[in-house]
Amino acid sequence: MPMLDSQDLHGFKPSGDAQQPQELATHGLIHSLLTKQDLLNLYHYLVLTRTLEDKIHYICSHQNPKNPLIIGKGYLSTGQEAVSIGAAYTLKENDWVAQSHRDFGCLLMRGLTVDDLLMQYFSKVDGPTKGRDANVHLGNTQKRILGFISHMGAMLPAANGVAWASKYKGENNVTLAFFGDGASSQGAVHEAMNYAAVFKLPVVFICNNNGWAISTPTHQQYAIQDISARASAYGMPGSTCDGNNVVEVYNHLKKAVDHARNGNGPSLVECKTMRMAGHGTHDRAQYMPKDQIEYWKSRDPISNFEQRLINNGVADDFLFKNKKEELAQLVNEAVERISQMPGPTVDKQLDDVFAK
Amino acid sequence: MNRPLYYADAIKEALALEMRRDDNVYIFGEDIAQYGGVFGVTKGLVDEFGEKRVRNTPLSEIAIMGEAVGAAVAGLVPVPEIQFSDFLTTAMSPLVDLAATYHYRIGTALPITIRAPSGGAMNIGNFHSKCLESWFTHVPGLKVVVPATAHDAKGLLISAIRDKNPVLFFEQKKLYREIKDDVPEGDYTVPLGKANIDREGKDISIITYGTPVHWARQAREELKQKNIFAEIVDLRTLAPLDKDTIKESFKKTNRAIVLHEAPKTSGFGAEIAAMLEEECFHDLAAPIVRIGAKHMPVPTNPTLEQYYLPSIQDITTAAEKLMEY
Ligand SMILES: Cc1ncc(C[n+]2csc(CCOP(=O)(O)OP(=O)(O)O)c2C)c(N)n1
Repeated sequence: MPMLDSQDLHGFKPSGDAQQPQELATHGLIHSLLTKQDLLNLYHYLVLTRTLEDKIHYICSHQNPKNPLIIGKGYLSTGQEAVSIGAAYTLKENDWVAQSHRDFGCLLMRGLTVDDLLMQYFSKVDGPTKGRDANVHLGNTQKRILGFISHMGAMLPAANGVAWASKYKGENNVTLAFFGDGASSQGAVHEAMNYAAVFKLPVVFICNNNGWAISTPTHQQYAIQDISARASAYGMPGSTCDGNNVVEVYNHLKKAVDHARNGNGPSLVECKTMRMAGHGTHDRAQYMPKDQIEYWKSRDPISNFEQRLINNGVADDFLFKNKKEELAQLVNEAVERISQMPGPTVDKQLDDVFAK
Repeated sequence: MNRPLYYADAIKEALALEMRRDDNVYIFGEDIAQYGGVFGVTKGLVDEFGEKRVRNTPLSEIAIMGEAVGAAVAGLVPVPEIQFSDFLTTAMSPLVDLAATYHYRIGTALPITIRAPSGGAMNIGNFHSKCLESWFTHVPGLKVVVPATAHDAKGLLISAIRDKNPVLFFEQKKLYREIKDDVPEGDYTVPLGKANIDREGKDISIITYGTPVHWARQAREELKQKNIFAEIVDLRTLAPLDKDTIKESFKKTNRAIVLHEAPKTSGFGAEIAAMLEEECFHDLAAPIVRIGAKHMPVPTNPTLEQYYLPSIQDITTAAEKLMEY
């Protein structure tokens, strides 16, 4: 099958490969403009996201179903945290994001707190949706995070609107728009990319290709090798990177974000990764081949990054251990605190259906 | 022979029977093959019928709905699944513009049955709970079915698949594994366009469909304690509407509550109330009462969702008031 490659157009070189992603350069040097502090920041958010989501998973599978702390299920980014985090690290304060449902890493980096996300999961009145909606269905306009809905791909056309507003106002902000391999089949996704290219909007479309859409593997989703190959057909640069390597994600996104900020329009970056859990905490993912899970386990974005940090003399096991203990304590204390908070009450609920 | 069957399993049985009867019947949708759909309704069908007739699709509702139209024009009998009825919003044009008008304009019948799990009370929020039936009863050319029992789910689904028109089949996901009732083995049909007197009574007609039929049964028991005898009219099919059965019940009771889970405002209850007012004016002993959800997005939070939804008490209070006229 011929592989479209937008390299000639815009100098982005796809790396990796759909079925056989390249081995992580475990012993290699980190090639990036990132400083030591940057690398440690990335590590912090990787561990924070993993710790928080592990806790959510634990609560979902241990709580009393008659009186649950978490309403509904957890939708986690376990194993693919590097996509959201590497991408979000490229943004400046006034940039925007349109998150998808596995982007807690990004949300934390954009200024939502562990408390905010737990209040959302525990359906508390002080949470981002005032306890009305739950889990990953949230937004925050002050923090420039679009409000997510379940309909896959629906946020991409709205991301264009945000990007257009920035252009209209001459603000030079970039919008990052996340979507999954499953969502990539939606008409809204194709329409949004075409539209963004026509208007040269400062938006970066980022596909977290985690191999599965609920039980549907990617070969039943699309017939190309890399989703990024579509970019050249819309008239924008496209690239594919190893979504389990946070630095590589950052490097690819940085190029795309700079491209947008410099007035050159949208790009599409695909990050190949793997959903290392069920679709939600209720799904035991028995449809996933064991060897696929084993393979991706060996490419875990956190343990591999740790190895690279050691090899590059940035950090050591002692730091890792401390970081994990510190963040576990932070999350545990937050769970204790947030679970005591009040839920919403029914009065005045109808007042907010319309703005006044 | 009858045996108790879950609502979900009755639906699966109908699909299997129709696929055995007619090689042109096939099912497709997101995650429906090996996984059996997110509610397990189609689990195991791929083993009997193979991947051609039980096919996973990409996450593409427009393409699913479009395929159904083309396949039907070319002689197949497509039975697509939309994973949650809420996602029908992404497939509106092929459904309401193309499928619904096709026979009237082109003269070719489209025997399509769209299975779409619908309804809430499960704390899963606005994008997985809504009842959109009245959006579609407004569209000429679409039939709309909402089964309330396992028996009817099987019989109505067989009728829908054999019908020559696009049928929206709103399965009540809350009922999938919550109710079991007597379902005949083998082939039988429940006709489209025929309501059912679910429970008889002389004082008041509760006209409803889907999950709320079970709420009405509960309210009816409570009302009995107060010597009010309610009749429950289960519409089963909203389009076409069985006006005769509704009117017959109303002429007996002269009082009606129309009950549904969807928001009251512009809900299907308005259609029934207006119809009775137009066609049975002289039988009215009291205003017709509509009961539906509040005019707000469906909250995920259980306290708020309960507030959003109609309650049993809403029904009994309304019935007692109506008896005062
Ligand atoms: C339009 C639409 N159809 C169906 C669904 C049900 N659904 C929720 S998530 C999902 C799979 C999404 O896969 P992908 O985009 O790859 O994201 P992932 O869950 O793998 O992160 C499906 C089918 C939906 N949310 N929206």
